[in-house]
Formats: sequence, C-alpha cells, structure tokens
Amino acid sequence: MTTLLEVEALTIGFGKADPVVHDVSFSVEQGQTMALVGESGSGKTLTCRSVLRILPEAAQVRNGSVTFFGEKGPINLIEASEKRLRGIRGDRISMIFQEPMRSLSPLHRLGDQVSEVLHLHRNMGRSEAKRLVLEQFEKVGFVDPERSWRSYPFEMSGGMRQRAMIAMAMVAKPELLIADEPTTALDVTTQAQVLGLINRLQKETGMAVILVTHDLGVVANMAEHVVVMNKGRVMEAGRAADVLSAPAHGYTAKLFAAAPLIPEVAKPARALPHDDLILDLTNVTKTFTMRAGGWRKPVEVIACRDVNLKLQRGKTLAVVGESGSGKTTCARVALGSEKPDPGGEVLFRSEPDVPPVRVHNMTPGQRRKFQREAQMVFQDPYSSLSPRMRVISAMTEPMEIHQIGSKAERRDKAAEMLRWVGLDPDMLRRYPHAFSGGQRQRLSIARALTLDPKLLICDEPTSALDVSVQDQILTLLEDIRERAGLSYLFISHDLAVVARIADEVAVMRAGVIVEQAPPDTLFYNPQHPYTKALIAAQPEPDISRPIDLELVSKGAGAPTTWPEMFRFNGGEAPALRELEPGHMVRCHA
Amino acid sequence: MMFLRYAVYRFFTMLLTLWVVSILVFIIINLPPGDFLSNQIAELRATGQAAGVAKAEFLRTEYALDRPLWEQYLIWVGFVPGPNGFAGLLQGDFGWSFEFDRPVGEIVGDALWLTVLVNLAAVLFVYVVALPLGVLAAAKSETWIDYTAGFVGYLGLATPNFLLALILFYYGNKYFDLPIGGLMDPSLEGEPMSFEKVKSILLHLIVPTFVIGTSGAAAMMQRLRANMLDELSKPYVETARAKGMAPSRMLAKYPLRVAFNPFVADIGNLLPAMVSGSVLVSVVLGLQTIGPSLLTALKSQDQFLAAFILMFVALLTLIGTMVSDLLLVLLDPRIRYGSRDG
Repeated sequence: MTTLLEVEALTIGFGKADPVVHDVSFSVEQGQTMALVGESGSGKTLTCRSVLRILPEAAQVRNGSVTFFGEKGPINLIEASEKRLRGIRGDRISMIFQEPMRSLSPLHRLGDQVSEVLHLHRNMGRSEAKRLVLEQFEKVGFVDPERSWRSYPFEMSGGMRQRAMIAMAMVAKPELLIADEPTTALDVTTQAQVLGLINRLQKETGMAVILVTHDLGVVANMAEHVVVMNKGRVMEAGRAADVLSAPAHGYTAKLFAAAPLIPEVAKPARALPHDDLILDLTNVTKTFTMRAGGWRKPVEVIACRDVNLKLQRGKTLAVVGESGSGKTTCARVALGSEKPDPGGEVLFRSEPDVPPVRVHNMTPGQRRKFQREAQMVFQDPYSSLSPRMRVISAMTEPMEIHQIGSKAERRDKAAEMLRWVGLDPDMLRRYPHAFSGGQRQRLSIARALTLDPKLLICDEPTSALDVSVQDQILTLLEDIRERAGLSYLFISHDLAVVARIADEVAVMRAGVIVEQAPPDTLFYNPQHPYTKALIAAQPEPDISRPIDLELVSKGAGAPTTWPEMFRFNGGEAPALRELEPGHMVRCHA
Repeated sequence: MMFLRYAVYRFFTMLLTLWVVSILVFIIINLPPGDFLSNQIAELRATGQAAGVAKAEFLRTEYALDRPLWEQYLIWVGFVPGPNGFAGLLQGDFGWSFEFDRPVGEIVGDALWLTVLVNLAAVLFVYVVALPLGVLAAAKSETWIDYTAGFVGYLGLATPNFLLALILFYYGNKYFDLPIGGLMDPSLEGEPMSFEKVKSILLHLIVPTFVIGTSGAAAMMQRLRANMLDELSKPYVETARAKGMAPSRMLAKYPLRVAFNPFVADIGNLLPAMVSGSVLVSVVLGLQTIGPSLLTALKSQDQFLAAFILMFVALLTLIGTMVSDLLLVLLDPRIRYGSRDG
C-alpha cells in the first residue's frame, strides 16, 4: 500500500477566534475508502475542503500540511500556487457535494457541464470529449446518455442529478474522490443505489475515496478506514471493522447508541384496535391543477389517492415515503389546510363521545376550535421560528390569537411548556438565533403545546437534526405523548426513526398507501417490494450486514416494474387488501 | 416552435393591455372638468371675439367633443366613424393639437424618433456601464474596487439630473468642445438626413445620454452586484471551482449567467422610467423629444396631444416588457420548459 494523501497537523480557524479544526492528521492509501465521520460543527467539511483549498473566504489554514502523492510526484496542496492547484482540481482530485439540487448550474446542459472538465484538463476535441462523457454517463447508470447530455438539471430527480455529479467527478479519472455527504439529501432507496454506484466505480478505477458523512450505517457499507471527528478534533481513527465492532472512544459509542435502527423482530405485533379514533381519513384523494401561464395546457397531478388513515386516540400513526410520495399532502389534508377532492372525508373527534368535526368542511367557528386542538411541528427548526421575535412572543402568540388567559397566565404557560421540553424558562427573553438546532426544535414543540392540543402532526421533525439530537427529540416526543395524552400523526421518510415511535405505519409510494401495519409486523413480515426495499436500503452500522442492492432496486423502481402481484397496470393501482388482521398490502388477489 | 407560440401569445396580450391602457388614458385625461376648447370659448366670449368662438365651435363638432365621452373614445381610437369617417389612432390619425393649432402627427413627428433614440442610447449606456462595474464590484466585494464603484454609484443616484446636466455642459464644452443643448445643430433642423446631421446628433447625444442614464446605471449596478453576490454563494459555484476553472472564466460562465435574468427583466422597467424621467431633463437641456410637448399639453388640457404621447410611452413600455419576457424565455431553460419542481 502506498500513501496517496497525507494530512498532517491541520489547523483551520476564522479570524481571531479559536481554531475550528484542530491538529487533524490522517492519511489515505491508494484505492482505499476513508470515512470522515462527525456531526454538524465537527469540522469534517472544512477538513475535506482544505484538500482542494475551496474554503470559505474568511477561513485560514493556520498550520499543518496536506500532501498529495499523485502521479506527478508529491505536492503540498496548502502551499501550491493557485494555478498549480487548478490543474489538480477536477483532474487528479475531484469532489461531489451534498446537495445535488443546487450543485449543478440550472442554466447549462449536463453535457456542457460535464464535458467542461475534459476541456479544462485534457485539451480535448469536442467529439472526443463527448464520446468519453457519454461513456461515463452510461457507467453511472443513465439509460439514454444522448438524452442526458441534452438535459438540464431541473429535468432530473435528485438521485439522477447526483449521478450526473458523480459522472462529472469521474470523467477525468481522478486518483482521489472527495464525497461530502453525497447521499444525505437523498431518499433512503436512492442513497443505497448511489452508494452502490460509488463503490462499483471505485472498484473499477482503483481510485481512493474520502467519504464525509454523519451516518455510521453509510460508513459500514463503504469504508475501510474511519476517522471520527468532534468539535474540530480527531476522536478516534482506525480500520472500519475495528472501530465499528468495538468503538474505543466514548463519542463514537455515543454516535452508535443514537443511530436509529430497524430492529430485528421475533414475532409480529397484534393488530391495533380502531374503536376510538381521534382522526379518521376516508377515501382522501387530492388533485392539484398546475397552470403555467395561458400558453400551456393546465396539468392535473394526483398527489395522493384513496388514502384511508385511522389514528387511535393516544397512539402514533406514521406515514412513511420518499419525496413526492404524497405524505405531506396527507398531513395537510388532515390539518384542514388542503381540501380533499369531493368524496373524501376527514373526521376529528376531540373527545371519545362527542360528534366528530368534519375537517374537510368546517364552519369558521369549528375551524378556530380545531386549530387549537390540532397543532403542527415542522421539519426545519431554523426557518419555522421568526428570527425577529423573542422566544416569549413566539410562545405566547398562539394564545393571544385564541384569546386565552391574561398576559401573566400566558407567560406562566410558556415558561411551563419550556420546562416540559427541557429548556430553562430564563431563555424566554432570548432570540431564536441563540439556540442550537435541537433546542429550536424543542422550542417549536413547546410552542405547539401551549394551546393544549389533542393532536400533533409532526412533519419530519428530526430530518434536519444530527443523529444524537434526533435521538433526544424522539425521546422527548415520546415523553410528551404520555404526559399530555397526545396523539401523533408522524410524517417521515425514515423507517428506522418511525420504528421507534410509531404504533402503526403506512408506507406510501406514488400517491398511494402500499402497505400498512404495526411496525413490528412490518419488519417481521414485509410483503410489498417497496417496503422490502425501504428496509433493505437502511444502512446498518454493522460491517457484516451490507445493503442488499438487489432487493432495493427491485422495489424502488417504477410501480409498473414491480412483480406481477403488485404491479400497477398503467395508472391503476391494485386494491389494498387485508393480509392478516391489521396488515394491509396493495396487491392483486 | 414553443417559443414562436409564446411570442404570438405574448404579442396578443400586449395588444390587449394596450387597449386597456387606451381606456385608462382617455378617462384620466377627461377627468378634470372642461376641455381645451370650452376653456377657450369661455375666454373668447369674455373678451367678445365672436369669430374665434365660431372656429372653436367648429372644431368642437369636427372632433366630436360635443358627444358623450364613450363615443368620443371610440372615435378617437377609430372603432367607429366620426364626423369625417374613420379617423382615429388605428387609422393613423392622431388628432388635432388645439394648443399648437396643428395636427398632432405633425407636432410630434421628428420628436418621436428622437425620443426613441435618446432613450435607447440611455438604456444602452446603462447596460454597458452597469454590467462590468456590477460584476467587478461583486467579484471583488469588500475591496477598494467595490467601495469606489459603490461610492460613485450612490453619487450618481443622489445628484439631481439637471445639476449634472449643467456641470457636464460646462466642462464638456470647455474641455472637449461639446455642443450645449439641443439634439442637433440648429442649422440642420428640418433638413433631410445626411452624414453631417447624423454626426451632429451623435455629438449632441453624449451629454443627455450620460445625464439620463447615470442614475439608472447606478441602480442597475447595485442590483447586479447584489444578485451576483447571492449567486456566488451557491453550491454550483463551488462545483465549478472544484472542477479547476479559472476564476474569471467561471464567473462569466456560471453566476453571471444566472444573475443576468433580473438584469434582462429590467429592460421593461427601465424604458418607462427613462422616458418619464427624461421629460424634465429634456426641458432643461432643450432636447427636441416629446417630453416638453407632453408638459405643455398636460398644462393646457390639449387632450389629443397629451393622450397620444401617453399612449406612445405606454407602447414603449409594453414593447420593453415584451422584449424582456421573450429574452428571458430564450435565456432561461427553466422558464422555457417549465420547472418540474413545481
């Protein structure tokens, strides 16, 4: 083994402040995959960017060296001239980024953007470059490379864009690929496929990979070496097999404990009784008409179709699906902010024995009452709190709107709710920017609780958070559910998160529920190919249980490619059938 | 094909808008009580000039001012025949200016083209100045280049146009022998186009273009700088850097291309702002554009002249927005194909 990249005593800081990357050293061998693991703020991204020296302008490398032992001899990348470095970027060392949606220019065709690498570094003619790019497109799995060449990024899905990014990074056959959270923004089945692709390409070309990630499951599937970082320092480093089987450092162990898992289940769960429903969606279909100016024909899009969801009082019903599966539309319909198409019904019973409110058709008075009783927790804690409002105003505003209590009473309630979510009432005078992501999500939960709701709709409440924080928020949500007698409608794309909190799970794909059961039943006996794919795609932090790519690709494809029993014929989905009590699957009889 | 369909669609919506504008213009002009002729008749009666009254009365019937307002409108546009058959805007008859006692077409004639010329020159000036300065200020943000460009820009925004005009005339004449006032040498007025005339017009254009364009250029530069800065922090810029592109080439190919959209979209806003903004400047600089005529017409309720000029400005605006819309469709594939992200 020969060393390809050697990072020594790297220290990076902003201005006069303490360094944010402190004395970091590691090395990457030729042809090896090294994972740089850490949570947000650990300095992993700055570290990997310093290799190509594409750091934010204010960041300074204060100490240390990054030496690249490429074909053309060793070079210190920290001190190399800008011109020399440009020759290395994209050619010998290339990089892919976290957000495939935004990392490609929206106004240039893919072919143009990818072949540019060859024009920059290879001095190549047009047709020759095009031939190579088309070849690369084929390698990353584009069915029609010629068409992809002409496409704009916005015409493609997130997974396809990330494949295009990979093609761009690979087309010059680099010796080192730096992948900065390449799959964090993708759905779990897409993630599995993209990881599989990187793995395959690495084997074919023999390049080395630095994989930056927060997900130990991804590490287990990809890496031979691991460097765990926290607060700018290396906590632990070593062979992936060793670190993952016996983490030596407390921080690594903590990351392990927090990683959500799909449990091994010994037996299916009993069917959940549906005798006291707080929320009942019947035959909900939602069609959106998209109009794009008078010169295009309006397009009808069916966001969700024939959705039936029953939420038992005091329980948690989870709706799981990838982006575009219709899960958020279901939540909006349940909340009364979107009207279902005629024929659909949404009933809400605030108490077991009162007549239900018809959420799809409320009087203004009913709506006011319903809005108190059904509250929402949003995905992004950074944008769901106004940066210009003190915590106290954000917390008491809902009560002001509903004219509850006196000013002092509202204040007391706000303070009490802060204590419930584990924050100090002294924080009431502060502004949201003084809080971390996890604390902000606690604030949003506390705010939702100030109106004493009966139903909480959580829309991906932990997706924007670090794993360790996600763990805490889930625990908090569980506590509060017991304490306040709440019922949850929980929207998520992550089966492992749901495994923990839900009493019943509905898996959605292409606007319909494809399988529905209590989580234990679902994990013990998954029937639908898409559910199986979701379970298989979940990366486990266990090196002996790699992702089964075949299972993933079988279920994650278009509904018209599923095995015959589950296949959609044209636009028509088969009916949802009860397989065993409490276990529904969408299949032909 | 798609583009052609859109262009046709856009053209028809423009005509529709123009029609609505014509109604509004007509109503607004007729809002103040009385009209030019009734004012004149009252004045003539008071001074006992019977002959003048007869002529004014004749003009009243001739231009159908004695009919109900809606009928006047239809005749003015040329939808229905007036006392002399169809003679409205649609037929190319712009009406009579009572103030100047001549047909409107004759009065505005040359001024129309000079207006278009002055304003196009100003718009061109705005873009030529704002584009490099805005890009440079963004690329070198928070350096002396950025600060200087910003300072000069704000100076341009803050200086009153007429003051700028006077200063430029004085120094332009003193050091570069530039002509003062007007749009051509007085001896060439009314002459047919010749090389001499074109040269004279171009020389006379320098100062007005600068005066009318400065504030627009300053505002545009700041906007382009802000857009560029937004774009520079986007991940695709980082992707381009990671590819190994040189900064200048990267800047021109990626962020500028995106930041260009609002730049193009502004053509539509720029034109009317320039035309109305240049009215006063034209009066101060003695330019033979329609600006001064509009001012007189509005003061004396010379309704056909005022209405025609307003319609002309509206047409310029609408053409400006149409051009920028069409350019945007050509420039931005997201608009062309319709984003599937919803």
